[in-house]
Amino acid sequence: MAVAAEKKRPGATAPLPANDSSGLSETAQHSLLRFITCGSVDDGKSTLIGRVLYEAGAVFDDQLTALDADSRKFGTQGAEPDFALLVDGLSAEREQGITIDVAYRYFATEKRSFIVADTPGHEQYTRNMATGASTADLAIILIDARKGLLPQTRRHSFIVSLVGVRHVVVAINKMDLVGYDEAVFDRIAADYRAAVKSLGFTSVDIIPVSARDGENVMRPSAAMPWHKGPALLPLLEAIVVEQETRDEAGFVLPVQWVNRPDLDFRGYAGTAARGRARVGDAVTVLPSGRSSTIARLITPSGEASNAAAGQAVTLTLADEIDISRGDVIASAASPVPVRRELRARLLWTGERAMLEGGQFVLKLATQAVNATIGALDHSIDIEGFKPVPAQVLRMNGIGLVTLRLDRPLATLPYQESRDLGGFILIDRISNETVAFGFVVAEPGAGRSLNPAEALGTADRLRQARNRLIGAPGTPDRRLWWSAVSWRLLSTAGLFGAALALTGRPGVSGVLALGDLALRPTLRGLHARLWQKHPSAALQDGAGI
Amino acid sequence: MIQLSHLQKLEAEAIFIIREVVATCDKPVLLYSIGKDSAVLLHLALKAFYPAKPPFPLLHVDTTWKFREMIAFRDETAGRLGLDLIVHVNQDGVRAGIGPFASGSRVHTDVMKTQGLKQALDLHKFDVAFGGARRDEEKSRAKERIFSLRSAEHRWDPKNQRPEPWQLFNTRKHKGESFRVFPLSNWTERDVWDYIALENIPVVPLYFAAPRAVVRRDGAWIMRDDERMELAPGEVVETRMVRFRTLGCYPLTGAVESEAASLTDIIAEMRSSRASERQGRVIDHDGAGSMEQKKQEGYF
Ligand SMILES: Nc1nc2c(ncn2[C@@H]2O[C@H](COP(=O)(O)OP(=O)(O)O)[C@@H](O)[C@H]2O)c(=O)[nH]1
Ligand SMILES: [Mg+2]
Repeated sequence: MAVAAEKKRPGATAPLPANDSSGLSETAQHSLLRFITCGSVDDGKSTLIGRVLYEAGAVFDDQLTALDADSRKFGTQGAEPDFALLVDGLSAEREQGITIDVAYRYFATEKRSFIVADTPGHEQYTRNMATGASTADLAIILIDARKGLLPQTRRHSFIVSLVGVRHVVVAINKMDLVGYDEAVFDRIAADYRAAVKSLGFTSVDIIPVSARDGENVMRPSAAMPWHKGPALLPLLEAIVVEQETRDEAGFVLPVQWVNRPDLDFRGYAGTAARGRARVGDAVTVLPSGRSSTIARLITPSGEASNAAAGQAVTLTLADEIDISRGDVIASAASPVPVRRELRARLLWTGERAMLEGGQFVLKLATQAVNATIGALDHSIDIEGFKPVPAQVLRMNGIGLVTLRLDRPLATLPYQESRDLGGFILIDRISNETVAFGFVVAEPGAGRSLNPAEALGTADRLRQARNRLIGAPGTPDRRLWWSAVSWRLLSTAGLFGAALALTGRPGVSGVLALGDLALRPTLRGLHARLWQKHPSAALQDGAGI
Repeated sequence: MIQLSHLQKLEAEAIFIIREVVATCDKPVLLYSIGKDSAVLLHLALKAFYPAKPPFPLLHVDTTWKFREMIAFRDETAGRLGLDLIVHVNQDGVRAGIGPFASGSRVHTDVMKTQGLKQALDLHKFDVAFGGARRDEEKSRAKERIFSLRSAEHRWDPKNQRPEPWQLFNTRKHKGESFRVFPLSNWTERDVWDYIALENIPVVPLYFAAPRAVVRRDGAWIMRDDERMELAPGEVVETRMVRFRTLGCYPLTGAVESEAASLTDIIAEMRSSRASERQGRVIDHDGAGSMEQKKQEGYF
C-alpha cells in the first residue's frame, strides 16, 4: 500500500510509519482460520480442543503443571490429564465439569493461525454457541460414537448453517469406547450425511477420532488404519474456505464515526464491508441518496489510492455533504437497497418470549433504528428443519418475522453480506440482547425504497440529470456533450444534402428533424434487445 | 481480491472496536499500564483517529511500586504524543501503608490496583475503560467478552454475559454501569511482538535483556529497583542478563534469564519458550480461579 507524503495540517499528528516485515515470526503473514466446536453435552468438545492445543504445542509447561493438579482435583479421567480443563476456565465450569460460555483459544502451526471457539453443548446456552459460530469459517461437530446423532447434533448443524458457516468437519469421537469399529463409524457417517443434506454445506468431512487419546487428531491413527482421509489438524491446515465475495461486489462503508479534527478535514471512518474503493470513485450516501466522489483514502498503513473490504479506513469526499454515523457510503454503481420493512429470521436469545408487536432497538452494522415486530410467520423446528405455525418465539427458538422500522435502513440479505444482513435486537428497557437477526432474501418481501424517495426535488432533478447525461466534470458528461454535438452536426449535414438534392427547405427540414428524433430511439430499442439483463444495481427496487 | 494477513485482520478489528466505543459512549479512557499491550493499544488508537488525536485521555493507576524505567517511559510517551495523561494513586492505600512487602501481593493488588482503578473511574465519571488484556493470557480471560459490562459496583458477572455475535456490540448500558473494552482480545503474545516489530512501536527497555541487579527470591529473579526492598539474611544482589516478559510492580514481577536484546531475538526466544508469559507474575498464583475472582471484584 502506498504511503504518500502529505503536508501537515493543523491538529494533525505525524504521518504513519511504513511497514517493514523483516524479522517477524512466520505466523505474521499466515492465513487465519476461525472455527468452533459444537455438538451435544459430553461429546468431548472441550477435550478435543484441549488435545489440539496440546498437540500443536500451544500449552506451556507451567500450564501443564497446573493441568495435572487441576485434573486430580476436578478431572474426570482419574490421575490422567483431563484436557477439557485447559479450556473450561470458569470456576463454575470446572466444578460442574461443563462448558457454560464460549472460550476463545489461539494457536498456530507452521502452516496456519487458528482462533477456535469452544462452545457449550447445553440447549440453554445455545446463544453462546451461536455467538461462536457467527464469526467462524468452519465448524467441528462432535458426535459420541456410542450415541450416534442426538437432537442437539441436528440443532447445532442447523444453527451453523443459519449463521452461514459453509464448511463442516464431523468428528465421531470416543472411538476407543467402540473398539475403533469401522462399521459404527460408517453407520453414523451415513446418518449424518442424510440428516444435513438440505442444509447446503459446501463441504462435509467426517473423521473418526478419540479426543482423549489423541487418535486421528494430529496424525493418522494406527488404531484405525481403515480410515483413509487426513487426520483432523492436517485437514484444518489445508481446507480452503472461500471468503465472502466481498471484493467483487460494489464498495460499501457503514459510517462508524465522523472524524472532524479541524475545519479543513472531515473524514468518514469505518470498516469497509465489501468491495474495493479507489480515490476518484463515485459514491452514493444512503439513505439520503446524495452523491459525491472519494477524495482521499486513509488506511491503517497511511494515505492510499485504494482500500479493500475488511480494512478500517477513513475517507473524505469531494463535496460537503451532511453525513453522520449510521449512514452508508456505497459505490454509486451498486448502491445498497434501503428499506422500511424487513423479512428476517430471528434466533431468540431473550429470557422472555418474543411476542408480536414488541418494540426493540435494531442494530445492523453501525445503524440503529427502532423496530416493531409485525407478524411471526412461523417458527422453525430445528431438529426437523421444517416450519411450524407459532404465536410466540421462546429463548433459543428460530422464527421468520416481518419487522417495521421507524427509519430507512440500508441492508442486504444475510446470504450476500454478514455485515449488512446480520443484526441484533436490543430490549430498550433492560438493554438485553434479545435476538440475532438474519435478513432474508425473498421475492416480494419487504418493499425496498428507492433512495431517491428520501430526497428533495432539486436533488432528484440533479440525480435524474446525472443519470441521463453523467455528473458534471465526469467522463460521462464529456461523452454526452460529444454525442450531442455529433448528432447536431450530422443533422445539419443531412439537411444540407437534402436541400441540395430536392431544393425544398420544408421537406429537407422534416427529413432532418425526423432523423434527429428517430435515430436515438431506434438505437435505444436496438441496444435493449442486446442487453441480457438489467444489472443487479437496477433491480434494487424489486425487493430481493 | 486483497487477502488481509492475520495481523492486518487483528489490526482492523481492534480499530473498529476503538471507534465503536468513541461513537457510542460518553466518556472513554484508555487504561495505560505502560506495558507492551498498552503500547500496541495506544498505537492502534492513534491510527483509529488519524489525522485527529484520540479523543480520550490515558489513565495510569500508579501503585507507587512500578519500575522507575516504566514511569520515565510513560511520561516520555505522553509528552511525545501530546496526549492527556491522568495518573491516579489510591491515597487511602498510601496512608494505610499498603505495599507488596508490608501487606502481601494480594492486599497490595486489591487496594492499590483494583480499588485505585475504581476510584479513578468514579472520580472522573468514565463510562468506558479500554484495556490491553488478551484472551490468551489466562483461562478466565478466554471467557470474557470484548465489551465487558460492569455493574455500578464494577463487578463482572461471568455467568450472565451478553452474547456478542459478529462485530455487533451492544453498547447500551444503564446509568452507573460501565464497560471494560478489550480491543486486543483476539491477539496472542506473539501477535503483539510481531506487530511491535512491524510498526516500530517503542516499548519499555526492560523487555530487552541487559545486565541488571537482581535477587533470587521464592524461585524468581526480582530486580531491586529501589531501597524499599530490604534484603533478607543470606540474599545477595547479583548482576545477571535478564529481561521481563510482562511488567508490573517490580517486587511482584519475576525476570527471566535471557540474551534476547532485540525484537528479533525476543520473537525467536518466544517461539522456543516452554513457559507461559504470566509465569513470572506472582498475582496469578494466589490460588485457583484467583484471576476470575479478582475480575469479579472489579480488577481489569
Ligand atoms: N473414552 C473417551 N472419553 C472421552 C473422549 N473425549 C472426551 N471424553 C470424556 O467425555 C467427557 C466429556 O468431555 P468434555 O470434553 O467435557 O465434553 P463437552 O461437554 O463436549 O465439552 C469427559 O469425561 C471426557 O474425559 C474420548 O475420546 N474417549
Ligand atoms: Mg465443553
